[in-house]
Amino acid sequence: MARITASVYTSHVPAIGAALDLGKSDEPYWKKVFDGYEFSKRWMRENKPDVVFLVYNDHANAFSLELIPTFAIGTAAEYEIADEGYGPRPVPKVIGHPELAAHIAQSVIQDDFDLTIVNRMPVDHGLTVPLSLMCGQPKAWPCPVIPFAVNVVQYPVPSGRRCFNLGRAIRKAVESYDEPLNVHIWGTGGMSHQLQGPRAGLINAEWDNRFLDRLIAEPEALSKMPHIEYVREAGSEGIELVMWLIARGAMSDNAPRVRHRFFHVPASNTAVGHLILENT
Amino acid sequence: MALDKPYKNIPGTTIFDAEQSRKGYWLNQFCMSLMKADNRARFKADERAYLDEWPMTEEQKQGVLARDLNRCIAAGGNIYFLAKIGATDGKSFQQMAGSMTGMSEEEYRQMMIKGGRSVEGNRFLGEDGDAQSHRQPQGAAGRKGA
Repeated sequence: MARITASVYTSHVPAIGAALDLGKSDEPYWKKVFDGYEFSKRWMRENKPDVVFLVYNDHANAFSLELIPTFAIGTAAEYEIADEGYGPRPVPKVIGHPELAAHIAQSVIQDDFDLTIVNRMPVDHGLTVPLSLMCGQPKAWPCPVIPFAVNVVQYPVPSGRRCFNLGRAIRKAVESYDEPLNVHIWGTGGMSHQLQGPRAGLINAEWDNRFLDRLIAEPEALSKMPHIEYVREAGSEGIELVMWLIARGAMSDNAPRVRHRFFHVPASNTAVGHLILENT
Repeated sequence: MALDKPYKNIPGTTIFDAEQSRKGYWLNQFCMSLMKADNRARFKADERAYLDEWPMTEEQKQGVLARDLNRCIAAGGNIYFLAKIGATDGKSFQQMAGSMTGMSEEEYRQMMIKGGRSVEGNRFLGEDGDAQSHRQPQGAAGRKGA
């Protein structure tokens, strides 16, 4: 039987990818960000999963306004790296896990979550920056990845509550898969940031840290927070944090072990938050 | 019954909802076309001619030509789509975000290094934070006018 053993949460700022790709990770500005992931890279090597289920959002790369799926699960064998306008990031292509992905799609849809099934989807920085932060710059990613894209670009985005319950359905789906796979689930995006208008550059470190506390200790209560609070307190793009609740909902109901916690301002326009939680 | 849109009372912020998306459809789809190198080259060679191939409003075209991202957002643009124009121009996301505040690139960068923009006074319209309309443009550009 497959099981989810751990969850990882991290921001996915594009400039972090650019800093790494352009060899700037030792510059003082960026070193402060990357130092927060040194433990994580070791942990990843020592606790290598068989599959990562990676929750992220597409930033108008795979999906234009022609098609806006609220939840899209990648069931392909592999995924190309998106050209976001600067040329594709020089990172390995992403290998999928079509069997587990199809199993999860079938289980979760029968559990009343209407996923969109995607077999061709270039993956953007939302997915590749977390992989780079957790795995460094390998020739190939250490394991297959199931991309799970959430619409947080056009309102309304799914509620925190819906995301949390979807996580629970994903947990149930993974646990009914026959092969004994060790699965990690990652929730990415956030933390506080706003990329538009005269309010661009908004950061709310106090709110972010409270979010981290509550994500660890009382995720179900946290999932009831309405959209407007994310936007007002953490910036229009801070709404990405609802995706963290999918990963958290997929964890067991027991209190998790906090293996790592990191918070830093800024990376470009954004507050960087990061957690590693293990199931106990 | 009208839908509840509580996000209308946040200063300096336009939420990209169905209404904005409908208004900005062709502006955003034009932006998507810039993901192809050939289209970027054609756009750069004659911006006006390239824009005229799209059923965009004149206001949207003027916003793009002026690289005025606030104007583009008011006309239905979304920042992740508009970022393709910035990428075509070789701009970073920080340069694009900063351009909407009126601050210089260096002023905006320094604000971020110091911990970013405070939420105090910037939660609701009518407060006195730096994102409120009566305090634009921000930075030295605003002080000059004062």
